[in-house]
Amino acid sequence: MSKNTEAMTVRPSPSAAVVRRRSQGELVLRRFLRHRAAVISLVLFVAVVLLAFAGGALWRHDYADITSAVSEPPSFEHPFGTDNLGHDTFAQVLRGTQRSIEIALLIALLAGLVGTLWGAFSGYYRGVVDSVMMRFADLVLTLPLLAVAAVLTRGTSGSWWFVALVIASLQWAYVSRVVRGVVLSLREKEYVEAGRALGATDRWIIFRHLIPNALGPIIVNVTILVAAAILVETALSFLGLGVQPPDTSLGLLVSGATTAVSTRPWLFYFPGAFIVVIALTINFIGDGLRDAFDPTQRKVRP
Amino acid sequence: MNGSPLLSVRDLVKHYPVRGKGLSRRTAGQVHAVCGVSFDLHRGETLGLVGESGCGKSTTGRAVLNLQPPTSGHVVFDGLDLGTVGAAEMRRLRQRMQIVFQDPYASLDPRMTVSDAVAEPLRIHDTYRQEGPDRVRELLATVGLNPEHGNRYPHEFSGGQRQRVGIARALAMRPELIVLDEPVSALDVSIQAGVVNLLEDLQEQLGLAYLFVAHDLSVVRHIAHRVAVMYLGRIVEVGDTDELFDRPAHPYTQALISAIPLPDPRLERVRARERIVIGGDVPNPAAPPSGCRFRTRCPKFTRLTEAERTVCVEQPPDLAERGHGHPVACHYAEAAAG
Amino acid sequence: MTREIVLEVEDLTVSFPTEDGLVRAVRGVSYTLRRGEVLGIVGESGSGKSVTSMAVMGLLPGSAKVGGSVRFRGQELVGAPDKELRTIRGGRIAMVFQDPMTSLNPVYPVGDQIAEAVRAHNDVSAAAARERAIELLAIMQIPRPRERARDYPHEFSGGMRQRVVIATAMANDPDVIIADEPTTALDVTVQAQVLRALETARAATDAAMVLITHDLGVVAGTADRVLVMYAGRPVELGDVDSIYYEPRMPYTLGLIGSLPRLDDARRGERLVPITGSPPSLLDLPPGCPFGPRCPMRQEVCESAEPELLAASAPDHLAACHFSADLEGRRPEDVFALTSADHPGGAR
Repeated sequence: MSKNTEAMTVRPSPSAAVVRRRSQGELVLRRFLRHRAAVISLVLFVAVVLLAFAGGALWRHDYADITSAVSEPPSFEHPFGTDNLGHDTFAQVLRGTQRSIEIALLIALLAGLVGTLWGAFSGYYRGVVDSVMMRFADLVLTLPLLAVAAVLTRGTSGSWWFVALVIASLQWAYVSRVVRGVVLSLREKEYVEAGRALGATDRWIIFRHLIPNALGPIIVNVTILVAAAILVETALSFLGLGVQPPDTSLGLLVSGATTAVSTRPWLFYFPGAFIVVIALTINFIGDGLRDAFDPTQRKVRP
Repeated sequence: MNGSPLLSVRDLVKHYPVRGKGLSRRTAGQVHAVCGVSFDLHRGETLGLVGESGCGKSTTGRAVLNLQPPTSGHVVFDGLDLGTVGAAEMRRLRQRMQIVFQDPYASLDPRMTVSDAVAEPLRIHDTYRQEGPDRVRELLATVGLNPEHGNRYPHEFSGGQRQRVGIARALAMRPELIVLDEPVSALDVSIQAGVVNLLEDLQEQLGLAYLFVAHDLSVVRHIAHRVAVMYLGRIVEVGDTDELFDRPAHPYTQALISAIPLPDPRLERVRARERIVIGGDVPNPAAPPSGCRFRTRCPKFTRLTEAERTVCVEQPPDLAERGHGHPVACHYAEAAAG
Repeated sequence: MTREIVLEVEDLTVSFPTEDGLVRAVRGVSYTLRRGEVLGIVGESGSGKSVTSMAVMGLLPGSAKVGGSVRFRGQELVGAPDKELRTIRGGRIAMVFQDPMTSLNPVYPVGDQIAEAVRAHNDVSAAAARERAIELLAIMQIPRPRERARDYPHEFSGGMRQRVVIATAMANDPDVIIADEPTTALDVTVQAQVLRALETARAATDAAMVLITHDLGVVAGTADRVLVMYAGRPVELGDVDSIYYEPRMPYTLGLIGSLPRLDDARRGERLVPITGSPPSLLDLPPGCPFGPRCPMRQEVCESAEPELLAASAPDHLAACHFSADLEGRRPEDVFALTSADHPGGAR
């Protein structure tokens, strides 16, 4: 030991100054902030969310209120106008946005969780387990979403979390394919073999090494999923299979306004714009997150 | 180095199936990676396992740790036959037998800090709560790194430093045996020396046994007490380091030693005249030659009589004492002054 | 008898713009190469040894900025149009790379590829070119050359593929052969075959050879003169005996001293390492780049980068402010016998 300590008392280099703990989170954040489109999108998205939830509560009209102003174009009293029943469109759009976001986030959570676990175990064990699990996922992928949704939501109250559940029950399969692909390549990495050599169980390796290293693709796919989910929910509601009145969603609003596109455009374009904005911002945020999770430096190594 | 060996390997065999091409997934043949390897390793000793590509040394290293379970044969660690041990007990046993990998860039999880990587075995075997952060700092210091930098990620370190992290991680559970799979081959030459010194110091301080798998004979000469030379899945010669290098008896060992250029221009000018250059290439491990596997490239073979050659073709030579002081697997072994 | 100078490199610099800044990979390399001479260029990662040769051949990507001068038999190569370079490349200056598949096309038989190289620079018939190809394979000790000329690259082992590449390099009687880590990926017994093939090629063509490697054993056995590079710059240049027995730059001394020797049974003794790692080329410290790792460093080393000046003989140059102090010193006199990494630092 003496030789080691003797070496360590030699004059230290300048970089031996106190090193702050650089957590994983900080590094990810720093890299995310370098992505301008993602940061702007994040700000916009947060603004929309705040508007939908906080703004909705503070707004002078409730989404279900029926006012005397019928089919009026945008004004100071009703910034987004009103519909033929006297509902304040602004309040409705806010409420619809709330619902759509809630649904989308729940879908992302459920589909992401189930898909990740499914894909990770399937990819890790390979062989028969993998074949069976993936054939099942393939089966789920072949099911036409709208038809299945139509069948499952029949006769139910159309509560928003049920709609989310239905969509998630089909979308997890996309996530599982992606995760399986990533895990198939990661499991060959030497640090996985190193983990096994240390005495780690399979579950340890999957949860401590494989899934964390697969987070980048997982998050990117989940955000794409969220954007897609919003559009799917819109489609379902459009067809009357999603959220039911008196509750509202952006899809429902758009569907109700199709006949009035030329006569009362405010009923169509405002909810439509919100859909587009949400889908786009989430996509850019996904891009930024993907870049942020990449731990390899791009500097030239000596 | 007395008493019963810490590790005893007998008739180790590892074959890999070669899948048929196309739709048929039946095995079309076997790659004979390791074909009947036997050796002992004592506490505190370094056994060098050397050979060129395809000789099976890395596979042997992994089979010894049961990371790639052998096709047949016995690996006995401290009296326990690893083939009879259950999965849970094998995981516990791994605390006593560790491995350091060749690639310092790939063997550390890029998402874990260096401290986390070293702490991982402590967490896996549930001793982190008692020993925890102090033990990690102690380990980092032991391998010559600054413990203050434990919170950094692997990509912020150089190759030599990452390799030291790998060594620290292997030491965490106080193992008795470490398999070192080409631990310095991927490092710059000037950095190798520091890591080799470290490994030697650790062996002295902690009484570790090393199975040192390498293709660089110069490093092996420096660090190993005994050396086993492998060719196409078999050990062709094994003995004390100095004896093997000074008086190699197997034609392959002789050619290997002769082929290595020394960083000494005057010596090289002399050696160049006597250099043994063996022709041809290593045969396909899926179809090794009959009898002695080295006969297709053996310089001695070309100088034998017809009758003698038949022996080489038909009878695989055993690794046995033939009067050279250490076991050699050659029918016509003849020691050369190294 | 001084032989004719075939290659003159003067103050060659190469920089690459990256998103993290300008990487100065080569910072002023100069050497002359005479006919029949073998120059060994040694260095570790980041030394710039490979980039130097790629620059000589004009094989760097367009984004690279090359400065200085490279004169092949009086003709300036830096900045020359690609048309001119193409006539020289492969013909007068041949290259052998680490990976034979860099030079060999997997879809053509090797005999055809060698023949094509011959016809690219000589006006001969296809049949004559094929005969020459078979002849070259025989010189390279490829068994049954006539049959094997019809085989594809993947049907050869690594060592034989490399010999095919050397045969191609020999095909047009080049004046210079540049071999960039030709045996690094090969087993040691195969390396011996390939090095012998290289020597055969060099002797047959009387070409000058530049051998780039990190293996000090290979250089000792092959080179006449040695150029040691560190952090993009030459730090010592001299004939092979001077470099190995009388190094005058601490890095060279440390490098040679850190090697375990196959013929040396000093098992009890420790190796003499150089602590720390090569610097990042993005932000080199001011002064000597080897300074942070050098036990002999003084204040002047931190401010002024030493120039390559004559040391023990007029043709033995070393870049160190204190090269004279190294006379007669052994590695263990200068470097500590430690096993620790550079104290106090990641990187």
